[in-house]
This record gives sequence, structure tokens and C-alpha cells, in this order.
Amino acid sequence: MPVPERPFTLIAELSYQCPLHCPYCSNPVDIGQAKYAREHELTTADWIRAFVEARALGVVQLALTGGEPMLRRDLSELCAGAREAGLYSSLITAGTLFTRERAAELKAAGLDHVQISIQSPNPAENDRLAGNRSFEKKIAAARAARELDFPLSINCVLHRQNLDRIEELLNLTLELGAQRLELANTQYYGWAVVNQEALMPTWEQLRRGEEAVKRFRERVGPRVDVLWVLPDFYEELPKPCMGGWGRTAMVLAPNGDVLPCQAASTIPGLQFANLRDESLERIWNESDAFTRFRGTDWMQEPCRSCPLGRQEVDFGGCRCQALRLTGDAAATDPVCRLSPHHEDVVSARGSQRSGEFVYRTMKPRGTGASAPGRLRQTVS
Amino acid sequence: MTHPRLVTGARLRYDEVREEHLLLVPEGAVRLNPSAAEVLGLCDGERTVEDIVGVLSSRYDGADLGDDVRELVDGMAERGLLVDAGS
Repeated sequence: MPVPERPFTLIAELSYQCPLHCPYCSNPVDIGQAKYAREHELTTADWIRAFVEARALGVVQLALTGGEPMLRRDLSELCAGAREAGLYSSLITAGTLFTRERAAELKAAGLDHVQISIQSPNPAENDRLAGNRSFEKKIAAARAARELDFPLSINCVLHRQNLDRIEELLNLTLELGAQRLELANTQYYGWAVVNQEALMPTWEQLRRGEEAVKRFRERVGPRVDVLWVLPDFYEELPKPCMGGWGRTAMVLAPNGDVLPCQAASTIPGLQFANLRDESLERIWNESDAFTRFRGTDWMQEPCRSCPLGRQEVDFGGCRCQALRLTGDAAATDPVCRLSPHHEDVVSARGSQRSGEFVYRTMKPRGTGASAPGRLRQTVS
Repeated sequence: MTHPRLVTGARLRYDEVREEHLLLVPEGAVRLNPSAAEVLGLCDGERTVEDIVGVLSSRYDGADLGDDVRELVDGMAERGLLVDAGS
């Protein structure tokens, strides 16, 4: 068994509850399951134990995310616990509950950084994508963060229905005083799989977006760090998903399951250890889920004899994507042009169809898969 | 760059687990050698670059570290990790 590296990041999914309904949410599609219900969420003491154990393992970065992490009433205590444990904490929020008053509490508790999602720089479009009136609150949240001298990041998930507003988004980021902008082209996991045909961008949109980013970087310089990553489906070589399986990050789900990535629960047969039963150290070093695709020994052809020498560059790409497109989680990620399934990725680039969304919901699947009527919308 | 300070949200920290200095920034970390960590620890927005060189010179028997300090400060400024408190 390969000796594991030390993790850098703990992604703490505090709760899957969320007031928004984004149709590309990276949470599992089955968040309606009873095990994720509020009464089964980890306690304050569980989370603080996780922070202390994570630091001892090597973690320095903590992402407090969800769902919506602001829905945890003990969030200030968790921020204080993170600071006490020696972690650098980031709040990943939709912003609608991040009032000036709560922001000040979190600042006092030791929260380091705030990342606010914006679905679109256009208010009406933002609210349509989020399935909820939220734009004005997001802007107020961003201003509150800056008034309290939090470093601020804006995150916008990009897809066919908002990519043409990238210039507006860059200008809004500048106006809000953010120092980072994550332009997160949709990756097709979780709810984005359900909505792939409504989200898939065109090559022309991506090309224009990339040019706008380049011009902005030249104009503004290092004062705003713009992250722009091409979506997998438009790549010829895979990305090192999660920095390599079980190599740099761990995800702690609201119910205590510990996962190598946010989508790992889609892989059938993987056994997830739970924080309530075992130490994080043991889970990281020895659990089935973390050891299954760690290192390179598990690789099949063409990865096994990679002619590009990329085994430890991309670590075979994304396991969840390999599963979804080939039926085998141990296959080469079909984003790789050497994969025998690469043609499926190429053909998906032309999969733009209806703009109709199935919105994220925690209602149990069956009703959820077809989405409640009041949330269904069609756009041209 | 006259009065360098760490960008808002950046924190210097010694990682006892890895036994190395880190500059923690939003959702990232920069590994630092001990001398870089010492220089960044002096970038408080009050001292000028020349002040910092002076402090180091008195700590290290009059050694002239001016070029090294300026190179580090410029490099970190280009990455947006140091900003000028005077501007």
C-alpha cells in the first residue's frame, strides 16, 4: 500500500440544507436521503474533534461549506474551534444569510476568509438560476465582508446560460473589492449531470470568456486573482482531480462520512468510514475509500503505460467521470485523448439542447428527479 | 513598493507537522524557506524595504542582503501576496 501524503485541505460540508436550488450543485443528487437529514448532522463537538485531528494530519486549509454553512447555528463556535486548532478557515456561502451582524460575529470568532457565490452578474438571471431571490442579499453580503476587512472571493459557476456575461462579472468583482474571482466552469458531477444539456457551453462562448479574462488580467494586474479553468469536456488531457485521489484533500459529509471527493458517493462498492466510528488519521491512511485509487498501482491501460509520463501529473483524472462515461471507476478518465472512450467526451460538446432545468432539492428522489412544478422553467 | 505588507487575509505560520514555514492565503499556501519567512515577517507596512535590509544586516553581522530582499519582495508583489501600504 503506498505511503500517503499529508492532506492540505479539509472540505467540511456542514449541512446539505440550502435556500438556493442551483441546477449545477456539486452535492450528491440523493441529498434527500434520511441519513443527511438535519437530525443526523454531526455535532459541534464532532466537528471540532475533526478540526484538531485534521491539523495533526497536516491539514492547513479548512473550507466551511454545504449546502449553506450559515444555516449551522454553531458556526461561530466552529470558526473559533478552527482557529484554535490552527486551521485557515474559509466560509463558502451563497451569502443570503451573511448579514453585517453575523459577519461581525464570525470575524470575532476567527474566520479568515469569505467566498460568496454569484450565479450571474445580472440580478434577474441570478435569481432565475438560483431558483430564489438572492442577488441583492449577495451584494450586501459582499459589501459587509469588505467593510469588516475580510479577504473576499467571488465564485461564479459558468455555463451556457451565463457565460456571455463574463465582462459584467469581472467588473462587478472589481467594484465589490474582491481579491479573488473563481470562474468555475461547470464540471459534470452531482446535479450538473442531470442538467448537462441545459448547461453545456459552446466552444465559441469559452473562447470569448478566456479572452475577456486575459484582457482583465492585463488591465488590473495581481490585485485580483482570476482563476479560469477550461471545463473538462473541452480538454484533451485530464486534470489531477482533487490533486490526486486521497493525496491532498478530504471531504467530510454532514453525517460524518469521510470521502476523497464530493462526488465519491456515486461510486458503487466504495466503503466510506464515518468520523463517529474512527479517527481521521486511520480513515486517511487505511480506509477502503481512500486507498482504492491512491497512487498508481490501481491503474489500467492506457494509464498503466502512459506514453506521456503523466501518471503522477493527472493521476488518471477523475474517477467519478470515468465511472459515469465508461461504467468503470478504475478506467482512464475519457477526457484523455488516449482513452478509448474519448469520443464520448468530444460528442458531448455538441449536446446543447433545451435550457430547461431540474432544480436542486432535498425532497426525496422520485419527486426530486423530475423537480417540483413551481421550480421548472424554460428559457430559450 | 516602498512599505510592503502582506495582502489582506495572508497569515504567516510555522507548520509543526511538516516542519516548514507557510504563508497561508485564501484557499492556498506558499511554502517558504526560513529566510523568506523572516523577511515576510518584517513586512508590516511600517518599515520600508531599506529598513528591512537594515534590520537583517544588524541581525547577521552587517551582511548586505539588499538584493535578496528586493528580489523576494518584488516576486511576492508580482504574485499579489505583498502590497504597498503607502499607496
